[in-house]
Amino acid sequence: MHCRKATRLLSEAMDRPLSLGERAALYYHLGLCRHCRQFSRQVQFMREATRRLRQRLDQDTDESH
Amino acid sequence: MALLQLHDEARADDVVQDVMAAALTASHDGHSSLRTWLGGILKHKIVDLIRRESRFVTLAADDNDEIPENAWDDLFDDRGHWSQGPLSWRQPDEALTDRQFQQIFDLCCERLPRRHAQLFMMREVMDMAIDDICKQLEVSATNCSVILYRARMSLRLCLEQNWFATGGSR
Repeated sequence: MHCRKATRLLSEAMDRPLSLGERAALYYHLGLCRHCRQFSRQVQFMREATRRLRQRLDQDTDESH
Repeated sequence: MALLQLHDEARADDVVQDVMAAALTASHDGHSSLRTWLGGILKHKIVDLIRRESRFVTLAADDNDEIPENAWDDLFDDRGHWSQGPLSWRQPDEALTDRQFQQIFDLCCERLPRRHAQLFMMREVMDMAIDDICKQLEVSATNCSVILYRARMSLRLCLEQNWFATGGSR
């Protein structure tokens, strides 16, 4: 597996459960590739940041009531 | 839920119609209309109503609505390996609560092409299942995951260039 494919799978893993084969190939790659491990952390971070965005929007609308 | 909050199904219907109309009318300035649209949905707490009944408008495409497939060719070499690996993002937890970071994050989201932003927001902010999103927007499952991938790649690069690469300070 190359990194481009790994980034695609890491994105898909945020939306659906990966198959056993996909997971095995991905984890093998992640074990070898620190760049992709970094990318994986960043994708998780963006999920957390969008959660915060939702909280902020909720706060905005609560205050405007 | 909108139904509980509004006590009246007909009234909830009206609100849904209004939010959809807002999404469609504020047309030229696509990005701020997306924000209006999302704000309206959250404000009226109609996320559940939308999830339950498949009512959704697909925001119309505009001229800049595609992220080209070769947008990240510089990041990868010919064999698909990183040529410019992701930076180490320092102090991510601090960034989450930093107002300046939040502004950058919002700007980066707003910079996404409209349909990418809509799909990304439905998935990440409204926490909808990908199958429901594809069905409601009438996008194939493959296209859905391609669009989400491109949205994430764009957002990641935007955050890296505009926040983390600058040391997180303006």
